[in-house]
Amino acid sequence: MASWRYLLQIPAYAVFIGVVGYFSIAPEYQHVDPELAMIRLAFSHAAERVEPCRELSPAELAALPPNMRQPKACGRERLPVVVEFEIDGELVYRAAEIPTGVWKDGASTVYQKFIVPAGTHEMVVRLRDKRDTEGFDYEESATVALAPGQNFVIGFRAETGGFKFQ
Amino acid sequence: MSPVKTLFRRVFERVEAGFDLAFPATLNPFRQLGALGWFFYWIVAVSGIYLYIFFDTGITRAYESIEWIMNEQWYAGQVMRGLHRYASDALVIVIILHLLREFSLDRMRGTRWFAWFTGVPLLWFLYAAGISGYWLVWDVLAQYIAIATTEWLDTLPFFGEPTAGNFLNSAALSNRFFTLMVFIHIAVPLIMLFLMWVHIQRYARPRMNPPRELAAGSLLALVVLSLVFPAVSQAPANLDRVVAVVDFDWFYLAAYPLLDVVPGGQLWLILIVGTAFLAALPWLPPLRKPAPALVDLENCNGCGRCADDCPFDAIEMGPRTDGASYDTEAVVNPTNCVSCGICAGACPTSTPHRRATSLVPGIELPGYPIATLRDQTRAAGQALTGENRVMVFGCERTRRLEALSGSSVATIALPCVGMLPPSFIDWVLARDLADGVMVSGCAGGDCYQRLGQNWTHQRVARERDPYLRARVPDQRVQVLWTRVEQTRVRERAVAQFRNELPDAPPLTRRAARTAMEGSTSG
Repeated sequence: MASWRYLLQIPAYAVFIGVVGYFSIAPEYQHVDPELAMIRLAFSHAAERVEPCRELSPAELAALPPNMRQPKACGRERLPVVVEFEIDGELVYRAAEIPTGVWKDGASTVYQKFIVPAGTHEMVVRLRDKRDTEGFDYEESATVALAPGQNFVIGFRAETGGFKFQ
Repeated sequence: MSPVKTLFRRVFERVEAGFDLAFPATLNPFRQLGALGWFFYWIVAVSGIYLYIFFDTGITRAYESIEWIMNEQWYAGQVMRGLHRYASDALVIVIILHLLREFSLDRMRGTRWFAWFTGVPLLWFLYAAGISGYWLVWDVLAQYIAIATTEWLDTLPFFGEPTAGNFLNSAALSNRFFTLMVFIHIAVPLIMLFLMWVHIQRYARPRMNPPRELAAGSLLALVVLSLVFPAVSQAPANLDRVVAVVDFDWFYLAAYPLLDVVPGGQLWLILIVGTAFLAALPWLPPLRKPAPALVDLENCNGCGRCADDCPFDAIEMGPRTDGASYDTEAVVNPTNCVSCGICAGACPTSTPHRRATSLVPGIELPGYPIATLRDQTRAAGQALTGENRVMVFGCERTRRLEALSGSSVATIALPCVGMLPPSFIDWVLARDLADGVMVSGCAGGDCYQRLGQNWTHQRVARERDPYLRARVPDQRVQVLWTRVEQTRVRERAVAQFRNELPDAPPLTRRAARTAMEGSTSG
């Protein structure tokens, strides 16, 4: 092969590594404005069952095979979890999250992101998970100062008292 | 050919022509894309194994362990990490180009559907392997990928709990999910390797290694890139902070910004429908295949040359079924046969010199029998007038091959030049049908039928059976490998060949005897 052809290969390889090197790291991508902050409302929670559990009578229990004798009979389907979220007095999210599962017998899940300006915000979050409640079963509010780029999470665990701001 | 294919073809022709200035035809990277894909895969695999030795799979130590490799082992770790990343990116480039090029050349329909169809899922595995790799570094890019990917996965109706919940904040982070990613990053490339093996199953002599010079050049280029522009981590991940701006690997992550504007479910739908469409392309529309090669047992002595030369593994040598005294016979698998005729070119009975019996070789194309080729050649040669007459046997894919025709030049288009038995060259000259024979096919390494150019080159050079007879003077035969669009190059080559013919020695039986005696004694 003529030597000049080898010389021509240098720019060819240079273009190759130039393209590989550049696009492997650039141009940068702005996912979120760095001056903003993010609030994530995220949790899983199982609401009450649609039908309340019922005590089985001794006759009903006796009719069951011995290994299936449970004192209570419960329907599988659960209620949706109703959630409201306000930021600075504005309702930014309201949903009745249906339970997961083919029989709707799992937990309802919430995963929502809110991009807000950095600074102080008043937040109120409410949740209903019971059949007979008027209004909400849980409510929590807080005034939070968010720094630019902060990731603020609002979770929920009924066992620890409800909502948790972190 | 569809306008889209034509457009792609024109673009590739221009680019390949440019690269042909710097690279010999067989080293042109655009003709080695599949082989380069294998090469880059192995670079990624070897460098990945090296990095894994020093990599700490714990989520709190992963970032530090990679930093240690980069700082304490710049001589090896830095190079290996650079090779790992950049070869992965190069792999994306060559695979996408390979796909587009095969599409533009219409090399995915008919028998070739298998390679295309099995190649499509490879794209998913390629991206899964690359994306999971970025995850392991656990810098801000990994954080962005982890959150964006899990949020995207959560739009599928498979997960009871949102997987993105694993990355809500530092408190939610656990080693468990990270270990899963390590497993995925090892398992997916292994599955990919298996699929790559399946991908080439219907090809004889698949090209899995690029030419040594091209491999060395590519490796050197990547090493230089790794040293000059090391692949570094970004800031460590911090789940308490939002990833606002991030340096992006666009080869692997180009679809991710779409998640900011298109709902995740819709993006899944777009990708799944797009993949299905891509996989269905070989049948849009289906190729109308010519009849596959046919074996004539009366003329087949089971020599196996056709099976050796078939580029698509469409011929096997099976036990004799006609009671003849030979051990084997050629058996054609019509599913794999592309009707290129290379088998007929390889058959020693495909000789136009036959007079005692009708010209039916052991194997040939029913749509283009060797006897027809002989008739065409005879008629074309007898019509030639003037001096320095040339008979051109060319590939039918050569653009405007017939433009070479004139009163002293005849052209015959074949499904592949590999269909031309070398004895035809001898016959044309011996019968004075022309003063010279030119064999014109696709540029080196780019034969549409894969191996026709190779075999023809070797047969004419008397390196592969069936050989061109020794009595044929080299000066009266010219092989010309050009890109399909190089019409003027072919015209100039024919003109120059004709100018040189007056000085060429004649073909004589004496010369044949002398040559044969010489080769016997040698």
